[in-house]
Amino acid sequence: MLIQMIPELGHFALILALLMALVQAVMPLAGAATRRPLWMAYARPMATGQFLFLVIAYLCLTASYLLDDFSVANVADNSNSMLPWYYKASAVWGNHEGSVLLWSLILGAWTFAVSRFSRELPRDMLARVLGVMGLVSVGFLAFVLITSNPFARLLPNVPADGADLNPLLQDFGLIIHPPMLYMGYVGFSVVFAFAIAALLGGRLDAAWTRWARPWTNVAWAFLTVGIALGSWWAYYELGWGGWWFWDPVENASLLPWLAGTALIHSLAVTEKRGSFKSWTVLLAISTFSLSLMGTFLVRSGVLTSVHAFANDPARGLFILVLLGITVGLSLLLFALRAPRVSHRVGFNWLSRDALLLVNNILLVIMTVTVLLGTVYPLLLDAMDLGKISVGPPYFNALFVPLTVVLCLFMGLGPLAHWKRMEGRELARRAWLSGAVALAIGAVAPLLYGGEWNLRVSLGLVAALWVVLPLVRDLWDKSRNADSRLAGLKRLSLAHWGMILGHLGLAVTIVGVTVVSNYAVDRNVRMAVGDSAELAGYTFTMTELGSRRGPNYVADAARIEVRRGDSQRHFVMTPEKRLYIARGMPMTDVALRPGLFRDLYVAMGEDLEDGSWAMRLQYKPFVRWLWLGALLMAAGGILAVIDRRYRRAATARDPERAAAAARKEATA
Amino acid sequence: MTRRLLLLLPLVGFLVLGGFLYQGLSMNPFERDSALMAREFPAFELTTLADPERTVDASLLEGQVTLVNVWGEWCPTCKQEMPQLLDLADRGVRLVGVDYKDTREKGREFLAEFGNPFEVNIFDPEGTLGFDLGVYGAPETFLVDAEGVIRYHHTGYIKPEDVREVIVPEVERWRE
Repeated sequence: MLIQMIPELGHFALILALLMALVQAVMPLAGAATRRPLWMAYARPMATGQFLFLVIAYLCLTASYLLDDFSVANVADNSNSMLPWYYKASAVWGNHEGSVLLWSLILGAWTFAVSRFSRELPRDMLARVLGVMGLVSVGFLAFVLITSNPFARLLPNVPADGADLNPLLQDFGLIIHPPMLYMGYVGFSVVFAFAIAALLGGRLDAAWTRWARPWTNVAWAFLTVGIALGSWWAYYELGWGGWWFWDPVENASLLPWLAGTALIHSLAVTEKRGSFKSWTVLLAISTFSLSLMGTFLVRSGVLTSVHAFANDPARGLFILVLLGITVGLSLLLFALRAPRVSHRVGFNWLSRDALLLVNNILLVIMTVTVLLGTVYPLLLDAMDLGKISVGPPYFNALFVPLTVVLCLFMGLGPLAHWKRMEGRELARRAWLSGAVALAIGAVAPLLYGGEWNLRVSLGLVAALWVVLPLVRDLWDKSRNADSRLAGLKRLSLAHWGMILGHLGLAVTIVGVTVVSNYAVDRNVRMAVGDSAELAGYTFTMTELGSRRGPNYVADAARIEVRRGDSQRHFVMTPEKRLYIARGMPMTDVALRPGLFRDLYVAMGEDLEDGSWAMRLQYKPFVRWLWLGALLMAAGGILAVIDRRYRRAATARDPERAAAAARKEATA
Repeated sequence: MTRRLLLLLPLVGFLVLGGFLYQGLSMNPFERDSALMAREFPAFELTTLADPERTVDASLLEGQVTLVNVWGEWCPTCKQEMPQLLDLADRGVRLVGVDYKDTREKGREFLAEFGNPFEVNIFDPEGTLGFDLGVYGAPETFLVDAEGVIRYHHTGYIKPEDVREVIVPEVERWRE
């Protein structure tokens, strides 16, 4: 009896969560405006309650999936009794309704975390931050309940079995990619809420940036990992070895990442130097707005994309209205309340401030470039100016040179002083790195590829130019300590975070450069006993058979691979699967990963004479793409772990610093 | 005062974008009607993918109902669509491909890997035919009747169920 009621319990919990979100939004904001401590005090308990009921609702939906309750429409459409349990649990977010529920749950989790870890915040600030997050939550929970109820039933005609999860999604990638990505998207709601709270409270000093920085870094790190996972997933799952397609949905995740990258840098400037105040607020609003817009683009069906969820204009309209209210009101507030007088904090045009400003502008230009490319077909179509396709050539032609310019300034930034930098001194610190980068970049393609290649050289020079000045800077900084090691240990974790983040980008750039220019692939016809060669490896098909999985049947090949004349070999087993419930064929790629190269074998089609069309690929340095992203994320997290990063600014606030010190003493 | 106006710029920019997005909602790209509906297939003179010496023009499409599919090696969705096109070819539908903004080599590799349901592939490296067709992405599919008139337009991915439920009935309808 209770088991049959699970979906209703979940639905009910979701409604309660909405009501709590409503209270969490209204009371603290009204309380902060009228200075009533009791009203403001609603914020934290409501955040806890909302999160609790969201967890319950979410667990109820998961239970319906695990128990194969096909009376729930969402389960019937996206699951199947033969599906392994871990795909059942992650099928929850493999569809529109469930993924918005996950989105809301994660927003609830971030809100809860803010309410726990922000005891040091002034009462009215915390009330406003949680209030704003509550407002966002109200919008999304209303969206779920009104247009996308995941608990809707198919009664009385309950299907005997479910339609199964789309085979493309039956993969480890589904288990991990969406939650990471959403942690990033939704995490930016925290810095957004801080910015709005600061605008509402009229307290646009550097204080809000100090509190918001760690949250922003964590969200950014999640988004970085989320995007990398998506790219990695596409690479091995889709079967043709691509890792970035400039698909609208990929762009939708890249947009907040670019704006977020600009934001974490501009937050640093505002906190440390008190400048760029309006700019930082605008970036905070923009970053979260772009996250919301990504949600809109994916779910409204205005753009054609492989990722698109089932389209429903009513949903699209709802999100657009939500987007309009959230972003429109925020930007209006910004226009009205942003610092009236920009009290200029002076800095020289050659200084770390200036270099960071330039990089911020470049990142914003990149964001706008991607945004325009993504919505351009829509704009032209809407204005009846004809139809046009915007593909990889547009993005590559603009994005790649912009990245190179970005690297140019990135190399100098960490070497420069705040406020002003002597040009001669900067040149003294940088020239050697520049010369080494140019030399290695120029020679490396000759050694690696056998002939000179401008694009490879450019990519390598850019990457080295980002890294080498950092090495040089470490050398300088550790010079005066007792030993080099002691000198390095003295550097703050936040500084190491910066180094790791920049190193990560360089690693990714190397990966992109090498794999784009040196990847080789071959399409061959292979029968048992046939061999083919690629990049010094010999691929021999030794067996061809069929295999039965839990919910699919597969043709599988056994391929022995030898390198050169080596006696040792390893085995790769690509498959071509047919998923039974949907009758959908899928390529299961065989991968032999390595730090310097991947081997990639995919089965094409059955040529019906006992042979198959096989696609063999050699992908040098492809792992570096994702390795770099992991390093970047690790950098972001490392900075947050630094206690000084979280407390640094409190020294400027004597009362608070004293309180913190007392707390530390008692702990 | 000017600074205050400057601060309004982001809002204005967003409102303009929002307006376009709103308009976008009412033109679902999957059902966007081609402006060419019930018009003759645009004139073209291009080589085939298989043979750079052989030139074809719009007369290629006359005489029987043909499904023209615009694809490209660079287009991920096209790869997912291939099983459906192979299925259509098996059902006796005449398919002509337009290899759009591609290189000859890549286009051929694509067919070698994913199968070739097309009777002929028109090679359109500059996208001129695609432009005349109003294509703004691939895949897009046009149904052309025996007189060479466009009768049906499908934007984006042909789902497995679309084959049976949409495409085949349309083909049958215009054959009569």
